[in-house]
Amino acid sequence: MSFVYKKRLTVGDWINYSLLILISAVCLFPFFYIFSVSFTHPSVYVPLKFYVFPEKWSLLAYEYILSTNSFLNAFKSTVFITVVGTVLNLIFTFTMAYGLTKKDLDGRNFILGTVVFTLVFSAGLVPNYLLVKNLGLLNSYWALIWPNLTNAWSLIVVKSFLESLPSELEESAKIDGGSDIGVFIRIIIPLSAPSIAAFTLFFAVAHWNTYFNALIYLTDSNKWTLQVLVKTLIIDSQSIGVAGESVTREDQAPLETIRMASIVLAVVPILVVYPFLQKYFAKGVMLGSIKG
Amino acid sequence: MKQVKIESAPVRKVSTLRTRLIKNRYIYLLVLPGFLYFLIFKYGPMWGLLLAFQKYNPFLGFFGSPWVGFQHFADLFASDQFYIMLRNTLLINVFNLVFYFPVPIILALMLNEVRHEVFKRINQSIVYLPHFLSWVVVASMTFFLLSTDIGIVNKILYTLGFEPFPFLSKPEFFWALLTLQNIWKDAGWGTIIFLAAIAGVDPARYEAAVMDGASRFRQIWHITLPAIRPTILILFILRFGNMADVGFEQVLLMMNPYVKSVADVFDTYAYMQGILNGQISIGVAVGMFKGVVGLVLLYTANTIVKRFGYEGIY
Repeated sequence: MSFVYKKRLTVGDWINYSLLILISAVCLFPFFYIFSVSFTHPSVYVPLKFYVFPEKWSLLAYEYILSTNSFLNAFKSTVFITVVGTVLNLIFTFTMAYGLTKKDLDGRNFILGTVVFTLVFSAGLVPNYLLVKNLGLLNSYWALIWPNLTNAWSLIVVKSFLESLPSELEESAKIDGGSDIGVFIRIIIPLSAPSIAAFTLFFAVAHWNTYFNALIYLTDSNKWTLQVLVKTLIIDSQSIGVAGESVTREDQAPLETIRMASIVLAVVPILVVYPFLQKYFAKGVMLGSIKG
Repeated sequence: MKQVKIESAPVRKVSTLRTRLIKNRYIYLLVLPGFLYFLIFKYGPMWGLLLAFQKYNPFLGFFGSPWVGFQHFADLFASDQFYIMLRNTLLINVFNLVFYFPVPIILALMLNEVRHEVFKRINQSIVYLPHFLSWVVVASMTFFLLSTDIGIVNKILYTLGFEPFPFLSKPEFFWALLTLQNIWKDAGWGTIIFLAAIAGVDPARYEAAVMDGASRFRQIWHITLPAIRPTILILFILRFGNMADVGFEQVLLMMNPYVKSVADVFDTYAYMQGILNGQISIGVAVGMFKGVVGLVLLYTANTIVKRFGYEGIY
């Protein structure tokens, strides 16, 4: 930060702090508003009436949602995809990244080239869809897992991180008679804890938030993930035209409190996990990407 | 006395490819799963690009469908829709570069000036948070803000005696809306890389500047900003190189019949034609066009970055 001799705050400081508080408020307000509406008792809820705190608190919206099959199914689907997907992500990414740190590996440049090329070109929506279809993965959770096992950016960042680990540890382990895989499991992985934590968060959030792939690959509404369900509940039933000639696509739009509650439930897991992993991800990204 | 060597001279082992492959076999084992993944799921679909040159019929299959050469591309360039999509892609990017791009920089500068560590860290935690939300959630929040039946802005307008205003169906607002969403969601996260660059500045330079009587503002202008200029430049150029990708999920979720003319981009068109309408060849052709344009842009951007003496993406 800039160097200032004075210890007390200047006018500039006051302005800066105020603006930052304002920005934080803007970031937080939507969450606050949604929480607030979701806990409102339906009887006091009137569309188009503006309020910030619920007049009457109630858990009715949550009771309703958690009692429906569709929500619980969506929750189960999303959890399955997130957990299995993230574990596989970590395995495929860290193994390949570690292998690629070996600079004397024959073919390394070729392999790196094939990886980096995927950063600049991809076959496109339809060809990917056709591949998934031809592999018989349509309408299966695995359609959301196999095509996303790893990606070039993660590989590059993790590889940079692993390269920053001191090589003496590996060398001394090898001298003590360790095998390559032994070194990987017993030494590299424990040392990679910050990176693993950061990428667990990144991969898990990516799976949790997947919308489009779930939309096109999961045709069975029982298999819908949370995001698809939320979209159907909220976005598809919106009135977007001029009031009076509304274009609602459903005859009975669900009550606003229920819609809000469904968003809260879709977001809460992330909010819960966020504080714990927060200290890792900024470091985890920076360690790798300064070089990249 | 002559020294007698007991052991024979060491034999130099010639390292052949074969011996190296065998020596490193476990390393290759570690690389194999990921590599197979890339082959199957990243390069595998590329055979599908051939379908752009056919009039693909699922019933006739690949070998039975007729070949039409560049017909689909010719049709594409001749259509009005193409120029609409081109314009939309271009303008969404322009909005992004002009309005979104400076925000993480300014925010990083502001955060950097904070002298209370605790305040700074709490602030950072808060502004990073929206990055972890899905576009479904962000789009839903936008609806809760601006829709005519439950949007809070319209509720306020109504309480003040005005009619609710259909923000979401006005084409004029669409691009601005996308950019505002981007700012809310990702500007905080974007500060990370700038803060890291700012942290690399030698404190002695600031001290020297203060000796010369520089105010806080001049310090920022003459020391901090130039220090992050390389980062800004690289990110700007790379962002430019990524122009073909316009935030597909975001656009898809915010799109509605009223704003289709300003929202349709290549990916949405490919999705609707290719997957929803079953026009596979057209979908592949449009997607391929976008991919090739993206490739050219990125290659150009990367070359420019390297010309400036920095490391590119490859």
